[in-house]
Amino acid sequence: MNEGRREIIQIAFVAVAIIFLIKLFFIQVIDRRYEELANSNAILKEIEPPVRGLIKDRNGKLLVFNTPEFDLEIIRKEVKTLDSAKFCEVFDMTIEDLRKNFKELKAKREYSPVKPTIFIKQLSNLDFAKIQDRIDEFKGFYIKPRSTRAYTSQSMANALGYVSEISKDKLASDKEKIYRQGDEIGQSGIEAYYEKYLRGKGGVRYWLRNVDGIVKGPFDEGKNDTLSIPGQDLSSTVDIDLQEYGEFLMKGKAGSIIAIEPATGEILSMISGPSYDPIMLTGRNYSENFVLISSDTNKPLFNRPLMAQYRPGSIFKIAQAMVALQEGVISPDTRFKCDRSIIGCHGPHSNEDLRGAITHSCNPYFHQALRRMLNQGKSNNPFDDTRIGMDQWTRHISSFGFGTPLGIDLPNEKGGLVPSTAYYDRAYGGRPWKFSNIYSIAIGEGENLVVPLQMANFAATIANKGHYITPHLIKAIGDSLKPLPQFKQRHYTTIDAANFQIAADAMQRVVESGTGQYRAKLDSVIVCGKTGSVQNEPRPDHSVFIAFAPKENPKIAISVYVEFSGQGARAAASIASLMIEKYLFGTTKRPQVEAYVLKGDFLD
Amino acid sequence: MIREDNITHKIDWVTVLLYGSIVFLGWLNIYAVTYDENANTSIFSLDINSGRQLIFIAGSLVIISAILIIDRQFYETFAYIIYGLILFMLLLVPIIGKEVGGNKAWIGIGSFGVQPSEFAKFATALVVAKLIGSIGFKIDNFRNQLILFSLISAPIMLIILQKDYGTALVLSVFLVVFFREGMSPFIILIGMSFGLIFVLTLLVENQYYLYLGIAVLLGLAIVLGRKKFKRIAILTAGALAIVLVIESVDYIVTDVLKPHHQNRIKALINPDSDPLGFGWNVTQSKIAIGSGGFLGKGFLKGTQTKFDFVPEQSTDFIFCTIGEEHGWVGSLFTIALFMVLLLRIVFLAERQKNKFARVYGYSVACILFFHFAVNIGMTVGLFPVIGIPLPFFSYGGSSLWGFTILLFIFLKLDAHRMQVLQRL
Repeated sequence: MNEGRREIIQIAFVAVAIIFLIKLFFIQVIDRRYEELANSNAILKEIEPPVRGLIKDRNGKLLVFNTPEFDLEIIRKEVKTLDSAKFCEVFDMTIEDLRKNFKELKAKREYSPVKPTIFIKQLSNLDFAKIQDRIDEFKGFYIKPRSTRAYTSQSMANALGYVSEISKDKLASDKEKIYRQGDEIGQSGIEAYYEKYLRGKGGVRYWLRNVDGIVKGPFDEGKNDTLSIPGQDLSSTVDIDLQEYGEFLMKGKAGSIIAIEPATGEILSMISGPSYDPIMLTGRNYSENFVLISSDTNKPLFNRPLMAQYRPGSIFKIAQAMVALQEGVISPDTRFKCDRSIIGCHGPHSNEDLRGAITHSCNPYFHQALRRMLNQGKSNNPFDDTRIGMDQWTRHISSFGFGTPLGIDLPNEKGGLVPSTAYYDRAYGGRPWKFSNIYSIAIGEGENLVVPLQMANFAATIANKGHYITPHLIKAIGDSLKPLPQFKQRHYTTIDAANFQIAADAMQRVVESGTGQYRAKLDSVIVCGKTGSVQNEPRPDHSVFIAFAPKENPKIAISVYVEFSGQGARAAASIASLMIEKYLFGTTKRPQVEAYVLKGDFLD
Repeated sequence: MIREDNITHKIDWVTVLLYGSIVFLGWLNIYAVTYDENANTSIFSLDINSGRQLIFIAGSLVIISAILIIDRQFYETFAYIIYGLILFMLLLVPIIGKEVGGNKAWIGIGSFGVQPSEFAKFATALVVAKLIGSIGFKIDNFRNQLILFSLISAPIMLIILQKDYGTALVLSVFLVVFFREGMSPFIILIGMSFGLIFVLTLLVENQYYLYLGIAVLLGLAIVLGRKKFKRIAILTAGALAIVLVIESVDYIVTDVLKPHHQNRIKALINPDSDPLGFGWNVTQSKIAIGSGGFLGKGFLKGTQTKFDFVPEQSTDFIFCTIGEEHGWVGSLFTIALFMVLLLRIVFLAERQKNKFARVYGYSVACILFFHFAVNIGMTVGLFPVIGIPLPFFSYGGSSLWGFTILLFIFLKLDAHRMQVLQRL
């Protein structure tokens, strides 16, 4: 039954071969178009890089833009003879440099004698005018324009981040082949977090070239070309004037300032001191400057507002007060003796109620309040009782956003630490622990760790009477005019709004008659604040201050953390009040406070 | 009859000579691809592909010797074990394999890597031949057909897991072998129409046009044929099955696959949809071949192939070099060499005394033919771009060794075809 099938198969084989030969005859012998295409040295594929999105401040002022730069590329194979003396004259280099460049060229991984390879990176604009006229004298060399980031302001470097060439590792893990060798990519800050929106999409053009490599026109009438799509512009929440003023105040100090609009979670300014000029990490001097900046012992690349984890100090007493009130273990009228036998205190006071204790930052008061909180008598065993109280405490404190990264739109945010029963079990290696082992958390010392951003968010939470919106730096992406969806959601704490009213009242008194009264007070607006001084024996204390203003319908919440500069009432409170004044009134009218901050001598 | 054990007297030297010529020509062309007149690199240099290919060729000689020394019974007896081992290796690939060019299809042994999928071809040919060759086997039996299809489906599935769609497609060529062995051409037609439907679904933007076409065809078939209930029911069921296939293809492509996978599949069918990727290759490949003219530019004189315009120049697109440097005459000669080899294998297969050797021989011919047809078809723009090598010609150790094993097992079987008679 299988007769003829062998023949069918054989005929099929031969038929395919004949079809191929006919097709080949057509394209090789009859159609001379292909020969022409080949003779014109075929098609040049030119990638048109996309324009990266711009970044503007909250009032529409331009912050980050693009400026053209020019690379010199070489197609090694096309360079038959080279007048090195002339080349050196035009490109302003020595013969030795030229030899070195050729040597390095061959060592490059992407080097191919037939493909364009970068020979001199980023000719400056000045060189370019001269070179453009004479580039035709050097066969095989091409000028390739590219754009690089530029900045209108010298501030905000850490929040903006920088852009540089994509690394080999990232390129290898780029499964969707979005990037090519030599492409730039956001490496930190907003540039990295919003890379997807900022980068845009590259276009491709196909050109026909002749034997001399000169473009003769588009290939196939440009049918296959695609246009590049520019990246989306971003609108920042930052007020650049306030930002610059904050950096001016932080000059010569280490620490951070974060100001937030409480109602929206928009970050008005975020200062990390010391910082660097963002222009340093662009252009041809990038590598050199990067080494310089990253090896600086003051760590200007360390973004303190989200990466520096500090003990919060006395500002934490507000949180303690909220938790104790919520749990009902104290009332606003509860008084504790200022018994300084276990824990020290400062200032003349002896038997305060809650508001007074906050106003004078009374340590023993909060020691007692935490004892009541942790030992509520729910178990007869003091160890178990502490555990029950501790679990409640951790739950409340965590609801303020402490202990985990808040989720700001920047990479590398740290979460700080909120101690928990599990944490102490680990720390004590299974040995029992109770209140007397851990009481220093009562005043924001001990195991607590908080990043400055969380402190500002805490101030905003009090200002909002119990909720916060995750702080963010970008309020509008492209034409959508909307931030990322997560920056529209409210996060509620476990504390009732009425309790926050008590906190606000007490914080008003801190500024008007308590620890913060000299430098934080403003005449025309009610400021609510809280000082903190974080111990660093034997070095001076860190100076801390959180505040919001005005008391009704707050427009700004702020945290200031200045390392090793003594009491919170000095450096931090001064800076915070100047920032509030600047933001609310556009200018500051207290030269003596400003001079005090700029002088930078807070230790007497 | 005196047993003549000296294999050199009995092996089919015509085939060996054809094999040798194709391997040699391949090697020269691999050198031509990397040749750089300024670099002055020797054809033997291990820095370039031609030098490494020479090592692979030397390895082939060792493999050939081993194949010819081993007893012919070995291949039939151990067919299932060899097949099982290769399947096991294919299973291991996703686990311990290393990634080369985005596909995880390699198993590394030291600094060396092998592609198990290249060896799946001869292993599958062995089991298919063994099953069909077994006593009392009837290819029209439904159960037997099911087993046969399972035997080729298992490696296909595993190779698809490695995203090596080209090699997976190659194994479908066994349908032609089944056809030669008497399977109803109807089944092969069904198989082919499923493929056609798949392609049509991808090509036609709106599948309702397809449904319309099916409805029209169904109507015609019912009206024109005999109006028996059973016939109409079968036709309607068939049409519904086709609609189901279209729906599922559409679902898989639009909902399961990610956009960049979708593009790749669409570009397989229609190169113009991806002018940056596959379309670009075909254009460049055609320019290279077309510019060769009648006589070609001469050995090592090609410009297109050396300018890295066509990616995969020494592997999948090696035929461009022949087209450019040796013109139509060179293409004719190369195609003719392959044709003579293929027809010679069919001739040898037909002269086998036992079914196992014949089926295996046809498998060899069909696999080589499929590679030949798809590979050259894609370089001249007649076929979508499916990355499979030109047998014995393309650069690469695994592919050369895989094809060498495939062919020489058959030559070994052929050399001993008379012994089979003795045993009968």
